[in-house]
Amino acid sequence: MESRFRVLFLITLVIMLSGCAATKNLFGIGDEEAPPPSSEPPGQVVDPQVERREIKEPKIDREDFEVSAFAGLMNIEDFGSDLVYGLRFAYHITEGFFIEASAGQSEAGLTSFEALSGGALLFEDRTLTYYNLNLGYNILPGEVFLGEGRAYNTQFYLIAGLGSTEFAEDDRFTVNFGAGFRFLITDSVALHADFRDHLFDIDILGREKTTHNLEGTIGVSVFF
Amino acid sequence: MSELSTSTIPSTSRSSSSAWCACLIALVLLAITPGHAEAADDELRRVAVADPYLEMHTGPGRGYPIFHVVDRGESVEIVMQRTDWYQVRAANGVEGWVDQAQMELTLKPDGSEVDFARATLEDFTNAKWEAGLLAGDFGGANIISLYGGYSLNPHVSVEVWGSQILGNFSNGWMGSVNVVHETWPDWRFSPFFTLGVGVIHTSPKSTIVQGEDRTDEVGHVGVGLRVYATRRFLFRVEYKSYVVFTSRDENEEVEEWKAGFAFFF
Repeated sequence: MESRFRVLFLITLVIMLSGCAATKNLFGIGDEEAPPPSSEPPGQVVDPQVERREIKEPKIDREDFEVSAFAGLMNIEDFGSDLVYGLRFAYHITEGFFIEASAGQSEAGLTSFEALSGGALLFEDRTLTYYNLNLGYNILPGEVFLGEGRAYNTQFYLIAGLGSTEFAEDDRFTVNFGAGFRFLITDSVALHADFRDHLFDIDILGREKTTHNLEGTIGVSVFF
Repeated sequence: MSELSTSTIPSTSRSSSSAWCACLIALVLLAITPGHAEAADDELRRVAVADPYLEMHTGPGRGYPIFHVVDRGESVEIVMQRTDWYQVRAANGVEGWVDQAQMELTLKPDGSEVDFARATLEDFTNAKWEAGLLAGDFGGANIISLYGGYSLNPHVSVEVWGSQILGNFSNGWMGSVNVVHETWPDWRFSPFFTLGVGVIHTSPKSTIVQGEDRTDEVGHVGVGLRVYATRRFLFRVEYKSYVVFTSRDENEEVEEWKAGFAFFF
């Protein structure tokens, strides 16, 4: 019996105390308790104690560009054959396709008419310069073997494109097509052999006609 | 506790066993400790084989024969990349070419998947820069054009063009600036409208006796289509109608058709 009263008393005491506490908070009486000082800005709930590693893409050396220098022989229809030299710049899009910008220069010889007439030139500036933009396709990739222990990668490609040829004092729209052979000495250095036909119209010898100007060159290229 | 940690760290897309996840997490935790960061550049070029084996070809192309394989778990060093092929060096010093599909199944030293960035249709829509080459017909003459463009947003871009015109009676060049609007830039076949101004210079051919060099201002409107091909590559066809503001009494109108290809980056 006594213990029951004690329990009741304790319960009332607890309720009264909590009630007082609630009232005190409710009406703001009593000591003002400042909230514990917080160094964190509001909103920051958890401070992750880990250093986040910077995510980087793999820095891989890409070698899709190829620059080459070439020299060879070019036959300008009616004007004989002479040395041709120039530069090419290629970008390999896929293992098959590549695009190429090419520029070259050659000299025109004398036509039969000019040689026989004794000095009367059809035009003064005998330099031929051209540029063209081409699309190539490595149609026959392969390997060649030197002896027993050496193998080199090669590609036989077809190439065609458009450009302009400055010849006989005019710019001439030029279509070119041809084929080439790329011999990779290392994975970044290659030897080239190219054969191309440049077609453009010319009316310097009276009637306008389409001329075929054949060019055979060899070159060295570097991938970067 | 272990369940909590697996759910808070984003898991890789592969749905392998939880033991794998635990390994990955352990490796990530190891990797994020300071000290590893300095060596990051070298580490990123070294990847571990996660596929049963990695096939090494003698050259960067499908036709080149496989001459060496690297087993799962072994690591290889990436020497260089050419198109979609990677030249790798195995631990025993053997070098060969691996295609991108297999390289995507390798893991970084921290156990995460290597992200070999490959351009997608999304990049086609959102890329900032574009450059290309087109050729076609300009009022009966041949035209070869190069252009560069910058996207202000996926819909609107600004382009600068340089063209060489090669005709039967005259040659010339043209430079222009134009604004392009794409209504549906996220489509693989994305039509566009364009408006621009420029300068055209024409000179008669040397075999034509009459005529003199002229430089005139031009204005143009046009429509066209950009078609995403592959990687960073797109095809482009367009029609433009030019008005040449000549010094004579009447302005000249020229129609132009062009087709070509371009890159975005």
